[in-house]
Amino acid sequence: MDNVFVYCEIEGTTVAEVSQELLTKGRKLASQLGVELHAVVAGTGIRGKVEDQILPYGVDKLFVFDGKGLFPYTSAPHTDILVHLFQEEKPQICLMGATVIGRDLGPRVSSSLTSGLTADCTQLEIGSYTDARTKQTYDNLLYQIRPAFGGNIVATIVNPEHRPQMATVRSGVMQKALYEGKARGEVVYPDVDSYVGPEAYVVQVLDHHVQAARHNLKGASIVVSGGYGMGSKEGFDMLFDLAKVLHAEVGASRAAVDAGFCDNDRQIGQTGITVHPKVYIACGISGQIQHIAGMQDSSIIISINSDPDAPINKIADYVITGTVEEVIPKLIKYYKQNSK
Amino acid sequence: MSLKIVVLAKQVPDTRNVGKDAMTAEGTVNRAALPAIFNPDDLAALEQALRLKEQNPGSTVGVLTMGPPRAGEIIRQGLFRGADTGWLLTDRLFAGADTLATSYALATAIRKIGDVDLVIGGRQAIDGDTAQVGPQVAQKLGLNQVTYVEEILSVEDGAATVRRLIDGGVETVKVPLPAVLTINGSAAPCRPQNARLVMKYKYATCPAERPADDPRASLYEERPYLTLNQWSVADVDGDPSQCGLSGSPTKVKGVVNIVFQAKESKTLTASDSDVESLVKELLNEKIIG
Ligand SMILES: Cc1cc2nc3c(=O)[nH]c(=O)nc-3n(C[C@H](O)[C@H](O)[C@H](O)COP(=O)(O)OP(=O)(O)OC[C@H]3O[C@@H](n4cnc5c(N)ncnc54)[C@H](O)[C@@H]3O)c2cc1C
Ligand SMILES: Nc1ncnc2c1ncn2[C@@H]1O[C@H](COP(=O)(O)O)[C@@H](O)[C@H]1O
Repeated sequence: MDNVFVYCEIEGTTVAEVSQELLTKGRKLASQLGVELHAVVAGTGIRGKVEDQILPYGVDKLFVFDGKGLFPYTSAPHTDILVHLFQEEKPQICLMGATVIGRDLGPRVSSSLTSGLTADCTQLEIGSYTDARTKQTYDNLLYQIRPAFGGNIVATIVNPEHRPQMATVRSGVMQKALYEGKARGEVVYPDVDSYVGPEAYVVQVLDHHVQAARHNLKGASIVVSGGYGMGSKEGFDMLFDLAKVLHAEVGASRAAVDAGFCDNDRQIGQTGITVHPKVYIACGISGQIQHIAGMQDSSIIISINSDPDAPINKIADYVITGTVEEVIPKLIKYYKQNSK
Repeated sequence: MSLKIVVLAKQVPDTRNVGKDAMTAEGTVNRAALPAIFNPDDLAALEQALRLKEQNPGSTVGVLTMGPPRAGEIIRQGLFRGADTGWLLTDRLFAGADTLATSYALATAIRKIGDVDLVIGGRQAIDGDTAQVGPQVAQKLGLNQVTYVEEILSVEDGAATVRRLIDGGVETVKVPLPAVLTINGSAAPCRPQNARLVMKYKYATCPAERPADDPRASLYEERPYLTLNQWSVADVDGDPSQCGLSGSPTKVKGVVNIVFQAKESKTLTASDSDVESLVKELLNEKIIG
């Protein structure tokens, strides 16, 4: 009863990184609330292969559902598992990735259990809430904090009455860390058939094709990122040269992606990837709220912009006022001259 | 096989072009300053529905929308592009709905419409960005769902085959009908309005949209097809406690405008000496290297 649950999503037998990030967050919330962290994972042929990817994040109890038809993911069997498990376990909080799977599964589960769900949270905290109308105060609620209205405001959502309090979080927003403390680490293998009826398997995945990511932006310690100010696809390619000498990864603003300067899997921001590098070099990026949402936690921000009043300059540690055409080759030159 | 298709479409404020005046000094959204548009993903959903209608003679497409009276515009926009009919769910009891209460209302209306083969929605609405309503409608109706659909490849023998985007890849999925599909905004763009249909439906309105002494009253008597369906909670046999604010488990505790903490920053020019000294500083402090 009242524990914190994290739904772990998998590709084959690999647990998604976002799930591990959420386990780390879930561990903190559980400790703060004085309850246990439980995890649930469902797939085919995963027994013995996923436990080590989940337990080290401080899980007290892990439910492994291993059965035919649970991978590739389809909505109904995974919904049945969570709905029936939650009816038995009555968790107070359930977290999942704001991924294609999490955003397919979360709403279906929340609708079945009539519990609230907040999508794409950027922060999760515990706090109290007083209903303005009834004056009733609720303690230890999950604050589900998320951008709204195209990123122009941040809203804090609570679910006072309904359980579990459900939230999805995008990949990269939380940071994963192995748990140093002691967790129970119990693993159980429930019988899938007692959770999922045969009629749940009617949707057939005829073909499932996933490519390995072409970059490691999320884990990069230096990111050089280009915006519309890079001018053209050829201009943008200069960033790959800079990235190469700095051992960095290349990111982009949405305007650069929309203009075709680079692939959309490199987009950073509210609707792209969230990064936390040591150094973020923004080249020809104005710094709209939606872009900043994905990079504001970088330790050091360097902005190269011809406009001294570009909004990004307000959050930058170093502002170079000049054109990218002029500055980037100089950065490359002086780095080569002065490094090693 | 002829299909009865319902498209879920929402009128949304255009959050993509939020100007300075769109935010009030208190940090709330000034909806009046934002133009109301047809949610982009829902236009993509409408296009997939219209294609199915063309491929399957005898099929019908209806646009279902919940919103204030002015959301009748969404149905007109649908008719201009080739939809056959539409329903506006409007009632004060529907107001303040979160996604769960919205999906309850839409599901109840779909039950009332009856015998629907396919419900096609947008993946997400740009005002909420939640992508929750489609799956929740499916759950409430006990239907199968496929989300993040790029293209409906075929509908044959009582099943739809679709291509969907998943994280880092694609899938082809076959789902028996009836089913709920949600379509990505990146799917095929919606066809433009058809001039002939615009002429025909220009004055089509829901009763709630009409002024008290409407100069076109006689026109509506002559041409019943110009009166669009408008349903209240009672019309769809809805349970008021599951609608609107009272049917919404999530509450907004507070909203704040985003203000970024301005940092002390070092300002440099593009000169060789400035760039070189920056690079040296970063190297010396082991920030890069
Ligand atoms: C719901 C929603 C979600 C969004 N999600 C994202 C997101 O995830 N990520 C994202 O990035 N955006 C997102 N956006 C878009 C965002 O609002 C901005 O439109 C976008 O970030 C702007 O990109 P930009 O800074 O590259 O382009 P611009 O705003 O056009 O800025 C270009 C900059 O380049 C500078 N410049 C021009 N020429 C040069 C030169 N030769 N040398 C140096 N500088 C030069 C200009 O001074 C300017 O500052 C979203 C918008 C919405 C509504
Ligand atoms: N009020 C509404 N009326 C009609 N359709 C809606 C409404 N709200 C949401 N939808 C549908 O549900 C999809 C997802 O919405 P959301 O969960 O708000 O992101 C939208 O793209 C629409 O197809």
